[in-house]
Amino acid sequence: MAEPGVTQRLAAAGAAFANPPPEGSTPATPASLDAAGARSPLAGLVGPTGGPVTFEERPFIGKISLRGDPSNSSFMTAAAKVLGASLPTEPLRFLDHDGYRIHWVGPDHWMIYAPEGAEGPLKAKLDAALDGIHHAAVDVSDYYTVIRVSGLKARALMQKGCPLDLHPRAFGPGKCAGTVFHHAAIFAAQIDALDDGSAVYDVQIRWSFARYLWDYFADGAREWAGA
Amino acid sequence: MLMITCPWCGEREQIEFSAGGQAHIARPEDPAKLSDEEWGAYIYVRDNPKGVHFERWVHSHGCGKWFNAVRHTVTDVFWDVYTMGEEKPWVPEDWDGLTTRAQYETAKTAGQTAEGGEQK
Amino acid sequence: MSQSHRIEGKGRIDRSRTLSFTWNGARYMGHPGDTLASALLANGVRLVGRSFKYHRPRGIMTAGSEEPNAVVQLEEGARTEPNTRATVTELYEGLTARPQNCWPSVEFDIGAINSKLSRFFPAGFYYKTFMWPRKLWEPVYEKVIRKAAGMGESPMEWDPDSYAQHFEHCDVLIAGGGPAGLAAALAAGRAGARVILADEGPEFGGSLLSDVLEVDGEPADAWIEKTVAELQAMEEVTLLPRTTVTAYYDHNFLTACERVTDHLGPQVDDGVPRQRFWKIRARQTILAQGSIERPLLFADNDRPGVMLASAARTYINRYGVLPGREIVVFTGHDSAYKTALDAKAAGAKVEIVDLRPDPKGPLIDKARAAGIEIHAGCGITGTRGTKALHGCDVAELSEDGKSLKGAPYSLGCDCIAVGGGWNPTVHLFSQARGKLKWDDDKQCFVPHFCQQPTRSVGAGNGTFDLAGCLAEGLAAGAAAAKDAGFGDGAAPEAPAVEIEEEGPARQVWIVPSDKPLGHGKKHFHDHQNDVTAADIHLAAREGYISVEHLKRYTTTGMGTDQGKTSNVNALAVMAEIRGAQIPEVGTTTFRPPYVPTPFGAVTGQNRRALFLQERTTPMHPAHVANGAVFEDVGDWKRPWYFPKDGEDMEEAVQRECRQARETCGLLDASTLGKIDIQGPDAAWFLNMIYTNKWDQLKVGSARYGLMLNEHGMVFDDGVTTRLAEDHFHMTTTTGGAARVMGWLEEWLQTEWPDRRVYCTSVTEQWAVCTITGPNAKALMAELTDDIDVDPATFPFLTFREGTVAGAPARVFRISFTGDLAYEINVPARFGLSVWTTILERGYRHGLVQYGTETMHVLRAEKGFIIAGQDTDGTVTPMDLGMDWIVSKKKDDFLGRRSHFRSDTAREGRKQLVGILTEDPNVVLPEGAHLVEKPGRPPIPMLGHVTSSYRSPNVGRSIAMGLIKDGRNRIGETLYAPMMDGETVHRVTLCEPVFFDKEGSRTNG
Repeated sequence: MAEPGVTQRLAAAGAAFANPPPEGSTPATPASLDAAGARSPLAGLVGPTGGPVTFEERPFIGKISLRGDPSNSSFMTAAAKVLGASLPTEPLRFLDHDGYRIHWVGPDHWMIYAPEGAEGPLKAKLDAALDGIHHAAVDVSDYYTVIRVSGLKARALMQKGCPLDLHPRAFGPGKCAGTVFHHAAIFAAQIDALDDGSAVYDVQIRWSFARYLWDYFADGAREWAGA
Repeated sequence: MLMITCPWCGEREQIEFSAGGQAHIARPEDPAKLSDEEWGAYIYVRDNPKGVHFERWVHSHGCGKWFNAVRHTVTDVFWDVYTMGEEKPWVPEDWDGLTTRAQYETAKTAGQTAEGGEQK
Repeated sequence: MSQSHRIEGKGRIDRSRTLSFTWNGARYMGHPGDTLASALLANGVRLVGRSFKYHRPRGIMTAGSEEPNAVVQLEEGARTEPNTRATVTELYEGLTARPQNCWPSVEFDIGAINSKLSRFFPAGFYYKTFMWPRKLWEPVYEKVIRKAAGMGESPMEWDPDSYAQHFEHCDVLIAGGGPAGLAAALAAGRAGARVILADEGPEFGGSLLSDVLEVDGEPADAWIEKTVAELQAMEEVTLLPRTTVTAYYDHNFLTACERVTDHLGPQVDDGVPRQRFWKIRARQTILAQGSIERPLLFADNDRPGVMLASAARTYINRYGVLPGREIVVFTGHDSAYKTALDAKAAGAKVEIVDLRPDPKGPLIDKARAAGIEIHAGCGITGTRGTKALHGCDVAELSEDGKSLKGAPYSLGCDCIAVGGGWNPTVHLFSQARGKLKWDDDKQCFVPHFCQQPTRSVGAGNGTFDLAGCLAEGLAAGAAAAKDAGFGDGAAPEAPAVEIEEEGPARQVWIVPSDKPLGHGKKHFHDHQNDVTAADIHLAAREGYISVEHLKRYTTTGMGTDQGKTSNVNALAVMAEIRGAQIPEVGTTTFRPPYVPTPFGAVTGQNRRALFLQERTTPMHPAHVANGAVFEDVGDWKRPWYFPKDGEDMEEAVQRECRQARETCGLLDASTLGKIDIQGPDAAWFLNMIYTNKWDQLKVGSARYGLMLNEHGMVFDDGVTTRLAEDHFHMTTTTGGAARVMGWLEEWLQTEWPDRRVYCTSVTEQWAVCTITGPNAKALMAELTDDIDVDPATFPFLTFREGTVAGAPARVFRISFTGDLAYEINVPARFGLSVWTTILERGYRHGLVQYGTETMHVLRAEKGFIIAGQDTDGTVTPMDLGMDWIVSKKKDDFLGRRSHFRSDTAREGRKQLVGILTEDPNVVLPEGAHLVEKPGRPPIPMLGHVTSSYRSPNVGRSIAMGLIKDGRNRIGETLYAPMMDGETVHRVTLCEPVFFDKEGSRTNG
């Protein structure tokens, strides 16, 4: 045994207490596999519906992490040819084109969403078009899942754990950013905003952290359950 | 709980960053040629100034990029940030650690304008 | 019970509704709008607590969050909360509270004997007394001190309420919603800035709520209402009543605690958070927290019935409560005259004791006109009454204020309203690293300079008149908005208010009595911690004259009120003793939080299951269903072992270990770090990162590598596979995944930006099932149609792509057991189905699923290290006996140069060796020390055990350890003394390989 980590020590110290799960989290249906034998990390979980904030998993979105040098015009041109749109170079921006959603992640890093199943062909096309040009197109569709948060209280729910300024003056549709939600690293993109203050976010979260974030959302949304 | 400006992503909370220690310490070209003392200095010896500190940060939970920053260790005010490979920014001798570079330069410009006005 | 002290027709309370509450077991009535304190006073309850050290009876002293005395235990059971100030606790139906720090009751308090023995309790009493004998420290003294210290009780159950955190950003944060704060919010809001206005109380208005004033020709109420309505209509203005800004940190980061439902009492529905903890990043702040009145230091100034003059006025005007029927106002300031006038108007008998020999001015004239007797040039020299005040002694003071001129005479009274001047509330300013300066005219510390973008306004800035407050607030609001990028900075026109003229004040820091200081009577300055002026004199005599020493020695200002009413008085007394000015004595630093803040609020939702994230692999549902016992590995929940019915851990692990070697075993290795590395310089990069050579590795082949830091020490290891000429798949340890990814990026970005390499973490993209053991090949053959699994054609340390159990897979022939093994990587979505399929198909092949413990035993049997367990940051590859992995051909790699430093290159370093106990049944504890000869400690230790297990496959216990000069000691006998101080195990050092030393099993 390695030296016990902080989790173990805390677990030992807290062993005397029952540690109930957070209220409001719905139990997972064990092993809910779809016909193809696939299972997303939040399969079987149902978020609140109808209230001022709703959230749901958007499983199996195709995700390609693309790295390349934006100052290399042959890279930019070849990528644009495949995607039908130029890779955004303005920080913290994403754009939608022809089923692809292309997010700026860093100055030489983009995250491209594609419809489920389209990630393989997309990666192949990118690798072919970029053959001989230094780049990395990596399929990370299963590394992350996406939770869509929407509603009047969507921003308030996000700000329960995210230190980013999501106010309309600072953020808004078309903006995206890597940040944190308490202990979890997230990548948040604002999809929509309505005049009544409603917002729609897609929150990309690592597979292993998805349940933590989901439970946090579920616990945090309880305050609006009666609204 | 500092507010740190990432050269790419703008102002972000410290929680998104990791500190990387003193900046501008290049790895020696040919380590094998160094004496023990020289190699020891490279891996162990760091400045610990009261005042201006050139240091590295990485926006680990944001864009993932490393960058350099100039921070006053007494006031925690950042003079400026700059990307890897950029030259060290100029820091005035008399910097008191109270203003950012932008504030300093705005004030200076305003001061010059005022002085210029008086001359006329 | 009747509300005997209510004033007809006065106060901001709702008399149409009655609330019942329980105090100290008895039932009372109050109204919405009351605080617990105002309701108690309305019911004539004077005694609300016992003091900390002497257990003296104490009453309500203030009407705000600075209250030192009325600190109560609110509610019972799981919801009980200690250190609640009755003065800010809003009354709700059914409220239950009791005094704390008294036993068995506040009326009869056993600890009060301390009061009689007070001369044995001087400053520094605890330091002086509980020194010896040392053996009594823990069993006796600690318990005595804790019990005596009181300070309420913590709940022992889970908190049934919920809490929340909220991150917010704004252009202008205003702390305090009195006249100055409201004015600032108005100006900033009109400029279009994002404004947050937070106030402690349920209503905005601050001091105006306690006053009878006109603004713009209307009652102040109307102005507040109009202003709040305008602010509410502004989209970008957030009004936060019942919200205390608790702390001011770097770069304008502030926290605030909003009491969302506290005023409603315990809630059945815990969905709505009881309190919300705001984390606010503000471009600009405006501190408008007002000021706190100073008590005067006079003899026995702590009887129930002695309160601040401003508090008495608040109770009269805001709550419609007469704090006494015979009130003596004791002051040297004009402001307290307003209390006298309001009390007189409310029907009390009022007299004024004024330190000034010849007070002059409009307020004094008004008092005289109202028929209030003024004892000018006098001081109170003593008080009478124990559980309630019933009189005081008054005498004329000498010109220097240090002695009595005349003989004391008595006045009957049940309330003394004390006004000793005003201290701006500079706590947040001070927390922001602001520097204070002493204002000699106002006799108080005022904000001076702060490096952070903040402005102090109103009474908190030493501006005590209403006109000044409004003007400052408006100006600061406009200026702050401008600095944040909104508006032109021009302040809106200030509303017209009556100009209040006040005459000069007289400050007497210690009011003399008929007895020498510290004899018979007590001049308390810190009521909560029971510190007197005499204690400061004692501290000074004993040399504790520095303010920081004084504070700690006497405990002044160290209560839950943080000395809000006491600090300046303490400094003034010390200044007098030292013959210095107050600013020379200095100030102590105010620390967050401004008021006691529940842990629940600070914690928010981060508790129970959300306290720490639990990361799980895609196969987790199967592990749970299969009864796995989990081990925490970092944040990961990994199966530790899979007990069958009735098995304990030892039995389960022994079974898993045997079966994995006899037939086959299955491990969930999904948590291993995985990094995709591509680019023309990828091989060059690996050459720098790892100690061995990578440029010659064939495409499709894999290699084990050690990663060193520049100190030459091992920090991670793993197998990396060449997928294509310029494309590698690296694996890292579970715990090292993030660290290694960061390490690679750091070097690429900061040192080698011209090298063409991209690293992408793919740790969780892939779920990993490892099949190992003699039957692994047969099982694999059943799982795949398109991969030839024969070790002859699919050799060790190579990889294949294909389909396994219906999922697209990368299969690696790598082994952490030493047996024939296949590491199957499938996209995470298929992890669960592939795992369950392997379990189903594996049944016929004798497959056993095993956890991390068996994994550890199997690798230790082969002497494979675990970085971080068998290494600790001081271990080189040579120390591990792994010289073979350090390339002699490469000129450079990270850490190489350090291997030639004298200490790293020397003989006799701690080296990894195998350890066998003489008794094969003894399993040494990991961490056990080895010594040359057993004996009485201290004994020089040669090293320690890093890994130790009972191995069923070797048939005995096995261990590894880092031992000084271990390689040269192989074959030697050493000793392992145990923690019990008696048992000593004889051990022999050996090569760290215990099973299949020839390595013949790798290919089945």
